[in-house]
Amino acid sequence: MTALECFLAPYPVASVPPVLARHLDDDGWQALRSALAVEAWDLTGLWHDGGDVLATLVDPGDGTLALVRHRPNPASGGWGSLGGLRPGAIRLERTVVDRGGPRPADATDRRPWLDHQAQPTLGYPFLPVEGEGLHQVPVGPVHAGIIEPGHFRFHAQGEAVVRLEARLGYVRKGTLEAMVGRAPGDAAVLAGRLSGDTTVAHSIAFARAVEAALGIAVPARAHWLRAVMLEVERLANHFGDCGAIANDAAFALLHMECGRARERIARTAAPLFGHRLMMDRVVPGGVAVDPDDRDIAALSALLPVLAEHLAAYRRTYRGLPSLLDRTLTTGRIAPALARCYAAGGVVGRASGQAIIPGQDARTRPGVPPYDMLPVVPVGRDAGDVDARVQVRLDEIEASLALIAAMIEHMPRGEVRVVLPDTSGEGLGWAEGFRGDCQWWVRLEHGKVAAVFGRDPSWFHWPLLEAAIDGNIIADFPLINKSINGSYSGVDL
Amino acid sequence: MWRLIARNLLTRPVADPAPAPDPAALEALGKRVADSGRQRLGRSLAIRHVDAGSCNACELELHALSNPYHDLERFGLSFVASPRHADVLLVTGPVARNMRDALHATWVAVPEPRWVIAAGACAIDGGCFAGAPEVLGGADAVIPVDLTIPGCPPTPTALLAGLLALLAVER
Ligand code: SF4
Repeated sequence: MTALECFLAPYPVASVPPVLARHLDDDGWQALRSALAVEAWDLTGLWHDGGDVLATLVDPGDGTLALVRHRPNPASGGWGSLGGLRPGAIRLERTVVDRGGPRPADATDRRPWLDHQAQPTLGYPFLPVEGEGLHQVPVGPVHAGIIEPGHFRFHAQGEAVVRLEARLGYVRKGTLEAMVGRAPGDAAVLAGRLSGDTTVAHSIAFARAVEAALGIAVPARAHWLRAVMLEVERLANHFGDCGAIANDAAFALLHMECGRARERIARTAAPLFGHRLMMDRVVPGGVAVDPDDRDIAALSALLPVLAEHLAAYRRTYRGLPSLLDRTLTTGRIAPALARCYAAGGVVGRASGQAIIPGQDARTRPGVPPYDMLPVVPVGRDAGDVDARVQVRLDEIEASLALIAAMIEHMPRGEVRVVLPDTSGEGLGWAEGFRGDCQWWVRLEHGKVAAVFGRDPSWFHWPLLEAAIDGNIIADFPLINKSINGSYSGVDL
Repeated sequence: MWRLIARNLLTRPVADPAPAPDPAALEALGKRVADSGRQRLGRSLAIRHVDAGSCNACELELHALSNPYHDLERFGLSFVASPRHADVLLVTGPVARNMRDALHATWVAVPEPRWVIAAGACAIDGGCFAGAPEVLGGADAVIPVDLTIPGCPPTPTALLAGLLALLAVER
């Protein structure tokens, strides 16, 4: 990212791996926009901290990370939108406005996103569709199953979906605002509940941002225990998703098989870490639990059992033409589109993105303990529901091996350090089961002054709308489940 | 597939024994029944779930109720797709401002006699989201609540014990 390096003054933001941080004045922001038009940099986050607009970028060539900060200048007409250059920025920019920040001067989509008071879904100007014999199907916010609320507006021609547009924001809680003013330990409770199913990943990413901001080092054992929890969480959710996908294709046998696996994981985690879902176990400064060898042995004993469940899934799934008929070629996300949104996680890796350096945050340089373990991102190119199933299955296999290696090499010692009451700014990441969770925090005298958590779902939801294109409405649940975006994670 | 089916046929079910109905819930419910003059609900309950703003971890544990270990349906309890078919509205999460109307409309759509369960710390009083700017509070900020099941999230066993109290409560 050499071009970026010459844009003005560096400022201090800490992270592992290190990030190139720059202040951009009006000319610098304009130069960034010009650069984005020709360079391949990915946009991986965009938010407002009360004064400045901040954005994170990644160079997909070498994985270099950058953070830019820009003070919008009302005299020169505000700030220039990045949405036309990186479509993933559009909803993030709308969110900046909904959270009280300045609107980009040339924003093309000016509809409120999270703010339902300013624009209720009733009367929301959904993008129009023209043609013969079209009808609309409104779905939600309350759906038929045990899932989070959101509204989906289908335009269909007969059975085929012509356009899908989502209106989310229903579970907006003001989580980030509620974190401000708290000590990092108290704020971490909320960071771990931005999206509760990926609580370990968000907790790690937030903790790493805090630790970077304060310049403290966490004991080695804490890093390893965090990673074990992260992989256990991945196993639980991947089993859950693979089962739910089979269920949405009306194949309950695999759903129940995965339900067994998932429950066994929760039952092993409960005595080992003190919580079935491992909530609040990762804290800024380390981890809140230090399991003894006997408890860890129970996890070792679980691994072959889970390998059996995985083998049963693979065998059954492969041998069922009626199931494969539902998943193969369904809900295709073209690699070029996944690239355009810089899709993280399973969704990206099932659409050809596994080759991008650092796409899997575990492979970024210097991140303990993954820098000492063989993490090889697994990927597919087909981008359909089947590819997302296959990537999850391969990742289950990889996580089982990783956990075994972690248990074998786990260092001993302290697991937590006390946080100083100092100030600083930091970024942190963790590769959750959905993809990379990113947290940025500014601390002032030991309290959170500003914070932003970016769930990977931000870039998955728009891809769902593309994936359904040309498919039939009846396949929507299956496609949606195969992507499994978090509502709470983006409703902030 | 046949190997899995054979294994399932040849091994005993993994289902846990039924937990005892939650005594605290039983007592509270007994009062509600006496006060309201509502009939007890009998031996089978249809449950409609509404997420009023949860972090989505409560939903994971609700899903776990249907796995072979908890096997909810053996008790005559089942989740239904429409509030029109429901006896019980089970609410998770704090009430997000943007969900207030949808939660109320769903409650109205449940025919009487209806029961409302607030499951999880958030649905009880906002939990760790109490005071967050876009949160109105617990479920009782919008609709009357009959039974609370604590936990963050409540374990499937706690959820079952609460639901079984609804089945066990006598007039
Ligand atoms: S009670 Fe806990 S798990 Fe349930 S929604 Fe609230 S924070 Fe999430």
